[in-house]
Amino acid sequence: MTLVRPTTSPTAAAPPDLPTASAPVARPGIRRGAGAPRDDEERGAVSDADWRRPGVRRTLRVGHAVLLLLLVVWGVGPLLLLLKFAVTPTQDILRTPLEVFPNGTTWANLDEAWNELEISRYFLNTIWVAVGAWLSQVLVAATGGYVLSVLRPRWAKPLQWAVLATLFVPAVVLLVPLYLTILDPPVGPSMLNTFWGVWLPAGASAFNVVLVARFFDSLPREVFEAARVDGAGPFRLFWSIVLPMSKPILGVVSVFAVIAAWKDFLWPLLVLPNPDLQPLSVRLPTLQTATDMGVLMAALAISTVIPVVVFLLFQRLFLRGAGLGGAVKG
Amino acid sequence: MATLVHATRPRRSPVTWARRGGLSTLVFALPLLVVFGVFSWLPIGRAIVMSFQETNLVVSEWVGLDNFRAVLDDPLLGRAVANTAWFALLALIFGYPVPLVGAVLMSTVRRMRGLYSVLAYLPVVVPPVVAVLLWKFFYDPRPEGVFNQILGWVGVGPFPWLQNQTWAMPSLVLEATWAAAGGTVIIYLAALTSVPAELYDAAEVDGASLWGKIWHVTMPHLRGVLLITFILQIIGTAQVFLEPYLFTGGGPNNATVTVLLLIYRYAFGQSLGGDYGMATALSLMLAVLLAVLSLAYFRLTRGWSTS
Repeated sequence: MTLVRPTTSPTAAAPPDLPTASAPVARPGIRRGAGAPRDDEERGAVSDADWRRPGVRRTLRVGHAVLLLLLVVWGVGPLLLLLKFAVTPTQDILRTPLEVFPNGTTWANLDEAWNELEISRYFLNTIWVAVGAWLSQVLVAATGGYVLSVLRPRWAKPLQWAVLATLFVPAVVLLVPLYLTILDPPVGPSMLNTFWGVWLPAGASAFNVVLVARFFDSLPREVFEAARVDGAGPFRLFWSIVLPMSKPILGVVSVFAVIAAWKDFLWPLLVLPNPDLQPLSVRLPTLQTATDMGVLMAALAISTVIPVVVFLLFQRLFLRGAGLGGAVKG
Repeated sequence: MATLVHATRPRRSPVTWARRGGLSTLVFALPLLVVFGVFSWLPIGRAIVMSFQETNLVVSEWVGLDNFRAVLDDPLLGRAVANTAWFALLALIFGYPVPLVGAVLMSTVRRMRGLYSVLAYLPVVVPPVVAVLLWKFFYDPRPEGVFNQILGWVGVGPFPWLQNQTWAMPSLVLEATWAAAGGTVIIYLAALTSVPAELYDAAEVDGASLWGKIWHVTMPHLRGVLLITFILQIIGTAQVFLEPYLFTGGGPNNATVTVLLLIYRYAFGQSLGGDYGMATALSLMLAVLLAVLSLAYFRLTRGWSTS
């Protein structure tokens, strides 16, 4: 194993699961047919013979049940509490946080959070931030991957190294100089208090470019050649051949992009000091001190609903994506 | 004659270059070149320059190693480094073995494995700020606080959680583990399901027990992934910011000041603030430390990976 391998391509962490053209990731919303092989039927360490032994079976059954219980407490417990708090009067939240509605429920929390705290406005800001960051990441990754993998000009190699090199630089190094770049860009006015300051830096994700380029590498070259022979130029090839074939990988990039934008805190905090533009993640901490506990909990619950629902809808896409690239955080 | 020679040369004229599709290639490369140029390559170069400068946005003055000296003279630096290392160590203790055991057990589940994965991953999609603010309430130090009440059922506590110098950091790590462990589980699970079935078949033919199979087939197959997630987790936790910033702001009594919090304070803090040179100097030192650490780690573990 070479020294550079793990960091140059985080995808190496789970190469067998890298989506390729021949084994595309599940598309959002489309469940695989009952006849198709499912992951659950892949063979694990436990054989059928093992399962037939009563001792093994009992141990595993108990182990699985305990695990499921722990996972429910771990994964759903805090969120259920949050949902409960969102419709509980503040006094009850503070005095008896674990009792189930000792004095009934109240919808005033949600109403007050949405309208008086103006969570609606920050909610829209968050969506706006996420949509722009998504667009910029997909645009840069798709066109960049196309250049590096399909068009392959002479300068593709040095360009690829220049992109890969940024993977080695921890995010912390960029923090201050990137902030100053936003304050005073090489061309144009300051991007402070504009969404561009959040959208454009999001596009500079080497991980996305590498992921998409590696996917394009796995597409069949003959199709490109055939299209070229039929007279398709580079734009036609990109739009009508490459893009439609790369929906699976663009789905993965999109999921990463939207979730990352929804989660981001420090960067929008620096770039969007104007409260009117701030997304939820930046606004919530400043609201917490002066807000009634019940209303704050309602605001937190509202902020959580969209990502959780999106996750539950596109869970396969998420879990595939997390399996192949979740390791990339630094 | 001269033009003919010219045309056969490897270096083409701009016109032929454009006609061969060089121009459209450049158009496609433009988003990447602009975005990476302005928001990645330029700031990285700027970071190195800035660490040797005194900058106040209008004028920059070369000050040699003064920024580095000022950072090293900061009495808080030792504390921040120790706290960050403590956070990283606790995060390893909490967050490294548990997902592994969970993932191995999950890989033996036959029915509804998807449900297990979804439950494990659910905290990862909760916005981190929401998670911190919610847990801050859970960590209520009063006996009525959520965690104190639950622990009270088994007769333990109440604990001061975030209010106490000793307890604050483990509390932060516990929340951070809750927020991140699901991702690790899914990575392990992906690696586990990629173990070739023939290996298990062969082990069975050789009479291996279930434990034998897990220990001698499953675990060695995971080694590569385990080695990588280990160093990635170190690199990630060395840059922890959100938890100390939102939970405690570095307190109580600086017990949760981390390196990144210090960098933030140098550059953007209320009272300190504006010392971009010191902030980049400390960022660079942290980055170099992490790079050296990763290099040493990969050299040390080179022979261990099976893949």
